[in-house]
Amino acid sequence: MEKAIRRYWPVFVLPTLAAFIIGFLWPFLWGIYLSFCQFQTVNKVKPVGFSNYMKVFADPTFVHAFWFTALFTVASTLIINLAAFGVALLLTRKIKGTNLFRTVFFMPNLIGGIVLGYIWQSLLNGLLSKWGWPLLALSEKEGFWGLIILMAWQQIGYMMIIYIAGLQNVSPELIEAAQIDGATAAQTLVRIKVPMVMPSITICSFLTLTNSFKLFDQNLSLTNGEPAKNTQMLAMNIYDTFYSRSGPQWKGIGQAKAVIFFLVVVVISLIQLRFTKSREVQA
Amino acid sequence: MMAAANDSMSPNSRAQALAKRKERTNNVITGILSVVLVLWIYPVFMIIANSLKIESAISTDRIFRLPLGEDFAGLANYVYGVTKMDFLSAFWYSLFITVTSVALILLCCSMCAWYISRSGNALGRIMYLLCVFSMVVPFQMVMFTLAKTADTLKLNTPYNICIVYLGFGAGLAVFMFTGFMKSMPVEIEEAAMIDGCSPLQIFFRVVMPITKPTTISTAILETMWVWNDYLLPTLVLDIKKYRTIPMDIQYFRGSYGSVQMGPMMACIVITIVPVILLYLFAQKYIIEGVVAGAVKG
Repeated sequence: MEKAIRRYWPVFVLPTLAAFIIGFLWPFLWGIYLSFCQFQTVNKVKPVGFSNYMKVFADPTFVHAFWFTALFTVASTLIINLAAFGVALLLTRKIKGTNLFRTVFFMPNLIGGIVLGYIWQSLLNGLLSKWGWPLLALSEKEGFWGLIILMAWQQIGYMMIIYIAGLQNVSPELIEAAQIDGATAAQTLVRIKVPMVMPSITICSFLTLTNSFKLFDQNLSLTNGEPAKNTQMLAMNIYDTFYSRSGPQWKGIGQAKAVIFFLVVVVISLIQLRFTKSREVQA
Repeated sequence: MMAAANDSMSPNSRAQALAKRKERTNNVITGILSVVLVLWIYPVFMIIANSLKIESAISTDRIFRLPLGEDFAGLANYVYGVTKMDFLSAFWYSLFITVTSVALILLCCSMCAWYISRSGNALGRIMYLLCVFSMVVPFQMVMFTLAKTADTLKLNTPYNICIVYLGFGAGLAVFMFTGFMKSMPVEIEEAAMIDGCSPLQIFFRVVMPITKPTTISTAILETMWVWNDYLLPTLVLDIKKYRTIPMDIQYFRGSYGSVQMGPMMACIVITIVPVILLYLFAQKYIIEGVVAGAVKG
């Protein structure tokens, strides 16, 4: 059968392969090449070696965006996962209205990032002006927490669903056995439920980690980087470098930033792969 | 349920007391979660309320007021939003792009995944590795060059942007299909081959029906992505001619100068209400799709 299938490769593989080359492979390789060049349009390209990369780290907005993103990623990953796991624990206790809660908590996930940002911009600015605080666009700290609240609203439901699926796979016999042995609720949680849902914890923490790290739409619509680019995250800083700055050097620098961004994401993914592998051994 | 039987001193009374305590805790939890639930719905409710108000009543200090009395604007905002913001055409482009892209992704990627899982040759292996790799690459890495490539190849209209989506969305779809197909027994397909089916017939008559659950999961994940995607269509399409819904909202809201908040709120409502209704309708599949995607991704 293998031989017969191999003969049909133009039908089975070629369409995807061709689109893949157009939509990913060629832009990717070209992007790497352009990160070593100075260019404004693709017709006038001048190779400049590593100078773009040198200039990236001399750009204070990039360094600021990097730390802002790192802090945001850590904070949102912790908050979202703790909240989602807590809610999942409550919703696996067979309480009244479990389905309704699950449905509603997941719902924000279906709303796109741009729309989400504008919904929360109106809401948060309304609250802030009620309390007499500066509006979102005027304070970096408020922008940061605004983004965290928005992400929590969007992502807690998604992670909750994955945690519920994990908790439902923990065999009831195991928990019953522990209870007969006199384990308290806290002990059952720490010694049995948490280790048994470790796969879900790994998946969810890395999903939130990469989602937060690559955040763009929500950042654009909620704060647009205000005040003075102080709430710009990495993805938005790259976009801004490409399309909002004038000067012949910026597109090359933007592409170099994108390569660095890509490398950081690869490192995060490799760590995830390691975790997943080591987990498989235990299971 | 067990409240009636707790006053006797039967041997089961301790167990009953425990059960009663558990029920009380559960009621407290239901109460707390109900409060959270109201807070969770409130942002959506607020947008709907404001979409029914006159422009001056949507300012930051009056945003929490209900659309009552002289603040009430009827459906004026909806009419304005739909006519002046070109919202219907944006809705149409979004729908068209999502349907064509997802259909193309499902067809091409499931075929490609079958080749990968059954051919056992270098082409299949390379294709698989490339697809997995592409899932890691952030969009910012390729955005500039991808937009230029799409321009050169005239893929910059809503009618053929699906090819760009196929290229950039192939990673996840191929990954999910391959994961499922590798676990499918080969014997059924071999039996079909002995009965004289060509590979194409085997694929469409045997493989596709078996992969239906994965097809649904993948369709949901890809739909959620394409429908809400903002940056890719913004960079690829000509924003003056074609706008998808996220582009339309950003175009009118993000541009400086006077922003008409009422019509904006109305458009946001028209955007999210169909999605929420669809979700309530197909909830089971959507949640299953999310779980399947997370476990494999």
